[in-house]
Amino acid sequence: MKALCWYGRGDVRVERVPDPELLNPRDAIVKVTRTAICGSDLHLYDAYIPTMRKGDILGHEFMGEVVEVGSGVDNLAVGDRVVVPFPIACGGCYFCQNDLWSLCDNSNPNARLAEALFGHAPAGIFGYSHLMGGYAGGQAEYVRVPFADVGPFKVPESVSDDQVLFLTDIFPTGYQAAEVAGISGGETVAVWGCGPVGQFAIRSALMLGAERVIAIDRVPERLEMAKQGGAEVINYEEVSSRDALTALTGGRGPDVCIEAVGMEAHGMGAAGVYDRLKQELKVETGRPHALREAILACRKGGVVSVAGVFGGFIDKLPMGAAFNKGLTFKMGQTHVHRYLKPLLARIEEGAIDPSFVITHRLALDDAPAGYKMFRDKHDGCVKVVLQP
Amino acid sequence: MTLLVAGAALVGLGVAVALGARARSRTPNDRRIRIEQHVTINRSPEELYRVWRNLEGLPQIMRHLESVSELTEGRSRWTAKAPLGQSVSWEAEITQDLPGQIIAWRSLAGADVKNAGSVSFTALPGARGTDLKVVLAYEPPAGKVGAALAKLFGEEPEMQLREDLRRFKQRMETGEVATTEGQPSGRA
Ligand SMILES: [Zn+2]
Ligand SMILES: [Zn+2]
Repeated sequence: MKALCWYGRGDVRVERVPDPELLNPRDAIVKVTRTAICGSDLHLYDAYIPTMRKGDILGHEFMGEVVEVGSGVDNLAVGDRVVVPFPIACGGCYFCQNDLWSLCDNSNPNARLAEALFGHAPAGIFGYSHLMGGYAGGQAEYVRVPFADVGPFKVPESVSDDQVLFLTDIFPTGYQAAEVAGISGGETVAVWGCGPVGQFAIRSALMLGAERVIAIDRVPERLEMAKQGGAEVINYEEVSSRDALTALTGGRGPDVCIEAVGMEAHGMGAAGVYDRLKQELKVETGRPHALREAILACRKGGVVSVAGVFGGFIDKLPMGAAFNKGLTFKMGQTHVHRYLKPLLARIEEGAIDPSFVITHRLALDDAPAGYKMFRDKHDGCVKVVLQP
Repeated sequence: MTLLVAGAALVGLGVAVALGARARSRTPNDRRIRIEQHVTINRSPEELYRVWRNLEGLPQIMRHLESVSELTEGRSRWTAKAPLGQSVSWEAEITQDLPGQIIAWRSLAGADVKNAGSVSFTALPGARGTDLKVVLAYEPPAGKVGAALAKLFGEEPEMQLREDLRRFKQRMETGEVATTEGQPSGRA
């Protein structure tokens, strides 16, 4: 089959590789009909994530048709149309049974590595380094799905691939960021980052009852998309986002601050340069400019919800501000399995059509160009969908 | 997806810290090696006890074991892998057997390698599964055999036991062991 393989910084290629096979009784093989490039794939592309090996197949956002099931999978049949959550979860451990799917105990074959770094190992993830399990990803014609009786979610014919593809990651990720912040009605919410996850966080916050959403970014077409989603917008290259937020919230600050930028935040000024330098030197592994700003902007007693991408160490985090303002922090990988049913219902009832975020469609063969365009934010690129 | 991580150097650092925290206590005149590992398993103590009490099934859990055969009541014969296709064996007796709580054993006189071990099962409060604790102690003889035995568990005996227990947990909680061996890649 053809698959998009990683060979180093800025070097991904579509290669002929062997077809995947069932390796365990609870595996299934899915023929991929749609797959997407994620903002977090860019961390691989830019070689910020260690434990990648040349030839690894990328991709954790994919859906398709079941073409083979193992003897231990009794709830799927050949021909089923499914979306597949990006975290791999066993369904039998304490965490899976407590709805904490991205913290599954049993799905990372390289748990030892993750335990050394994090103290405990989170779930394995498709196509996301050997630290996260070393699983071959779904930017390919076929993909092997472990614990296929737990993850893959059958979707009805009434919804199109484009409408349900993002149930695999970015829709639940944006939604979880808003939901775990406790949005229930009347809140003012600020969202840092108007990439795909930020876009879904904006719309999710409004669906959950937020009264106002203020979105912060610097890319005009992303701000425009946020506006269409119902947000007021701040372009931080034109105005100070601190000052603008103060003015927009009567000096009180947003009730909820959602950070949807993560380790590649583009900070302005001296702190931005400092973070960039440290990241290049691999002393600091995230550039937490947006997170710092969220902490300082958040109202007293408010919630900072982190959907963006963090993994290693960050510094100059204003812990004093967080403590003395009595902030609550919420964060973590998305428990995608938890959100599949309720968010499919939102799509079916017409509350949201996730395909709004798609700006580019490419053949799998053109994936390398897609990565470059997405990384450079060329041509108004917000989300690239690949069709094998 | 939201992610992670650090430089490869940090991974190395983490491993060093994890190992350093569990240095085995050994003095120059004391060759005894004692290792201890815990794993939380989402199963009852009774169920886990039953699996371990079937001693002949232990090689499926602990990779360094080749076979265990039960002899008469409480006695068993153990064979373990040694380097270069060799093996070592000994007879052992069960010294403690409390269903659902603990199984302890020790080697009998004449063993190639003097050893003892126990596995205990403790229900964690709040329906959070069972703390399974394994303690192994062994005393490699001096000389060639001893050197071979030192390698029995590999360079990092605790890490090996930990991986054994991880696979055991996976089998008990999921019925299989997570793997990527045999999957495709763009490596020629
Ligand atoms: Zn699990
Ligand atoms: Zn993603």
